Amino acid sequence: MSEISINPGTLPAGPDIKPKLSRDDILMRGSMIVIALYLVATLVLPLYTMLSKSFSTYRMELSQYEFQVSDDAGQFDGTILSGDALNEQIGAFSGTELSTGSDGRLSVTELFPDFSFRSPVMYQIRNTSDTGRFLVGSTLQDNTDWVTLDSNQFRRVQLRPVQSRGLENFVNYFSTPALFNSIKNSLWISVISTIVTVTLAFWFAYALNRSCMRFKGVFRLIAMAPILVPSLLPGIALVYLFGNQGMIKELLFGASIYGPIGIVIGSVFFTFPHAFLIISTALAISDARLYEAAVSLRSTPWRTFWTVTVPGARYGLISAAFVVFNLVITDFGLPKVIGGQFNVLAVDIYKQVIGQQNFEMGAVVSVVLVIPAILAFAIDRMVQSKQVALLSARSVPYQPTPNRKADRFFLVYCCLIGLFIVGLLAVCQFAALIKFWPYDLSLSLKNYDFNKMDGGGWGSYINSIKLALLTAVIGTSVVFFGAYLVEKSNGFRTGRSIFQMFAMLPMAIPGMVLGLSYIFFFNSPSNPLNGIYGTMAILVICTVTHFYTVSHLTAVTALKQMDREFESVSSSLKQPTMKLFARVTVPVCLPAVLDISIYLFVNAMTTVSAVVFLYSPKTTLASIAVLNMDDAGDIAPAAAMGMMIFYTNATARIIHLIASKGILKRTQGWRSR
Amino acid sequence: MRHATSLLTALAVGTLTATVAASETELTVYTAVEAEDLARYAETFNQSNPDIKINWVRDSTGIITAKLLAERDNPQADVVWGLAATSLLLLKSEGMLEPYAPAGVEELDVKFVDGDNPPAWVGMDAWVASVCYNTVEAEKAGLTPPTSWKDLTDPMYKDQVIMPNPNSSGTGFLDVSSWLQMFGEDGGWDYMDALHENIARYTHSGSKPCKLAAAGEIPIGISFAFRGAKSKADGAPLEVIVPSEGVGWDMEATAIVAGTANLEAAQKLVDFTVTKEANEMYNTGYAVVAYPGVAKPVEHFPEGLLDAMIENDFEFAANNRAAILKEWQSRYDGKSEAK
Repeated sequence: MSEISINPGTLPAGPDIKPKLSRDDILMRGSMIVIALYLVATLVLPLYTMLSKSFSTYRMELSQYEFQVSDDAGQFDGTILSGDALNEQIGAFSGTELSTGSDGRLSVTELFPDFSFRSPVMYQIRNTSDTGRFLVGSTLQDNTDWVTLDSNQFRRVQLRPVQSRGLENFVNYFSTPALFNSIKNSLWISVISTIVTVTLAFWFAYALNRSCMRFKGVFRLIAMAPILVPSLLPGIALVYLFGNQGMIKELLFGASIYGPIGIVIGSVFFTFPHAFLIISTALAISDARLYEAAVSLRSTPWRTFWTVTVPGARYGLISAAFVVFNLVITDFGLPKVIGGQFNVLAVDIYKQVIGQQNFEMGAVVSVVLVIPAILAFAIDRMVQSKQVALLSARSVPYQPTPNRKADRFFLVYCCLIGLFIVGLLAVCQFAALIKFWPYDLSLSLKNYDFNKMDGGGWGSYINSIKLALLTAVIGTSVVFFGAYLVEKSNGFRTGRSIFQMFAMLPMAIPGMVLGLSYIFFFNSPSNPLNGIYGTMAILVICTVTHFYTVSHLTAVTALKQMDREFESVSSSLKQPTMKLFARVTVPVCLPAVLDISIYLFVNAMTTVSAVVFLYSPKTTLASIAVLNMDDAGDIAPAAAMGMMIFYTNATARIIHLIASKGILKRTQGWRSR
Repeated sequence: MRHATSLLTALAVGTLTATVAASETELTVYTAVEAEDLARYAETFNQSNPDIKINWVRDSTGIITAKLLAERDNPQADVVWGLAATSLLLLKSEGMLEPYAPAGVEELDVKFVDGDNPPAWVGMDAWVASVCYNTVEAEKAGLTPPTSWKDLTDPMYKDQVIMPNPNSSGTGFLDVSSWLQMFGEDGGWDYMDALHENIARYTHSGSKPCKLAAAGEIPIGISFAFRGAKSKADGAPLEVIVPSEGVGWDMEATAIVAGTANLEAAQKLVDFTVTKEANEMYNTGYAVVAYPGVAKPVEHFPEGLLDAMIENDFEFAANNRAAILKEWQSRYDGKSEAK
């Protein structure tokens, strides 16, 4: 053995063999870096800015102020007192009292125990540095000049805080029960909604895949309808059904719909299609041999169900559960409309930022909200990576056999679910056409006169369509091209896996958090991209980034089905990769490209959470208009606008269906010989 | 020369209005005025100033204030026309307003003008708290109409009252601040403790309680008089009640945002907002306006509203806002958890 071993020291070191990068490789890596940089600028940096904002605190720096006190005749003797020293002497304010928010104010008179606003004593106050600020009444003083005030004016002096960094915001958050109770509330409704939705969706998917009942196509369509409306629309429908003037409020037996009950029912509505799609895919394929074996082993149907069906669908069930959980815990629109006094995290962010202008606390709640969202996402990813192919080449696809009793049972069950979905939509449409519920039930189109309401009128509807089209076109191009580069470029492993990671990240980031982080990042004047703030561009960028992951995964799945041989062949034929991309890859993957664009279109029409912080007067959106009209108490017009979104999305879906049929016929002829 | 160019443009575009468009200044105006009034305001303004185009940014008081504060270092607005004075005081204390004494400001009631000279803001009209009372639903529930704030704490009204959350609504805040001013600090919080027992829920916006009362969703909504009058005009079975102790109010006011690139046009707009003509325009919705002697009674407005308005200390409200809201949240927001 030892004779054959070669001592590397005796041979001259050969040159490192590294394939030379072709022009194509450079181009592809370059483009990949550009798209990765896009994701960094639109996702990583804003999130970082937000995180740092959550540590930004405000403190009263008493050392920044100096005072002089006159005698009773109004003469100053020149003694200068520092605010710091005064507080030490008297102990007027403790350390925690000096920590405050950005809008904090502190009255200075407490530093002077002898103070009386009737006394003839005069006071002088100044900032010792340029960062010091105080108010006399409501007039800001931010220079270092002495200000002389009589005692009655002096009581109107309010100190303003300076910015510092620390954990005070988090301490403050966890010592305010009104705030941290929301964590419990959010988790609670998310878990309940997840259990209910997954159970209902499982049996619905089971009926559609494993029974021989009729009208499967219709039910499949109905089940997908909630995807086409904003998540707050079911909330509006529930107000009309179960509110104090509700059509069937007796069904609640006196319980109030405003609160967890409403949130859970609404959440089941808007998450149902997501759960149904995932579980349906898991149930669609199954090995008939397992069922044959079960029958020949005389297993009861019940036992077969638990030992064959459920384990076969377990990955789908787990995935559905986490997706639903994530959707519910990050949703903002529904709890806003029907949550009543039941506080949840997503609404807290809105209240902190919009109601109290407390951006720092908004950032803190965002950080708290990101944690469960990322956890759910990470666990789901981990479970999915364990999944192995269920269907081997020898499998026999399972075919359901008719069973009159079971089929009838499933038909009734699906009808009930269908009634729930169609019913809520119908209630909204009905409410939109009523003149003045419940006192004047005549029909009228007055609720469609959006220009007379909050929210931007019909202009916001046009804006929404613009946003949806732009998002669909730009988003699909960026996402598909990015996925292609990741999937088909050679080498550059680290770069590709980093890119993959960036592409997965948006899924875990709640829309509210993304929107808020965009304010912090893009609205800072030092940001060169500041110009896009308040424009349609920022809405498009935000929406593309928000829905990046699912689009990316769709594209990757489609691209994985294409053999890498295409790239080898084209390079051996000395054809540039971009030509291959345009002439072969895109046409072959056209079904996926169309799916991505309709996905982006529909979501851009319905999204509320990410864009609620970003719209400007010129870019009001229909989905936000629904929210704002409901907020102002114009519930019927809100329902009307919500249904406009539904019809638009339904039309887009139909056009998409027709277009894909036509295009597929022309471009996908090769699939069937 | 300029005329020739615009004439060419007009010919090219084929429209005569292009001559106007060529010399037009655009102003971004932030406002919390009710959406349905905006077009009318802009139209009236354009009659005397056809060369200035107003781009409205309209949202609720809280949102507009948040927007302005968020844009502190990079202001997008030129003018704020129709925002709560309490909010403008906040902006003023951040040094965000450009002081300007509009022509004719001396005609206005001094209560409506900022104390500084030149003033940082000038008032337009007052919006006054009121109670919207749905007579049909109240009768069904066997309620008698309240006449005072204290009446609302009667156990008879348990879960029959809705009010706006002061953390997100300017109207909610003016209610809370007026109770603290009328009943004193301790008395005010005691009052709110008792009232909280009767509140069904707190809404995010200030007009919603009245609209909910109008729709019969709740018998009693604490809101403002203007909203009640409008809903009543729409045919809702409402009674707008002015509580006997007095009612809180805030004014809508106008200010120029410091750093605007269109200062001249902004000043023209603010000049207009204090004219008699503008005040007559505010009067269609608001019973109390800044220009003395202009106000005519507004239909469906409750009687005695003017006399019921309290001596409002705006500075107290602005400077204690943070502390009041924090206290409110710890008292009432924390209680509202899952049962």
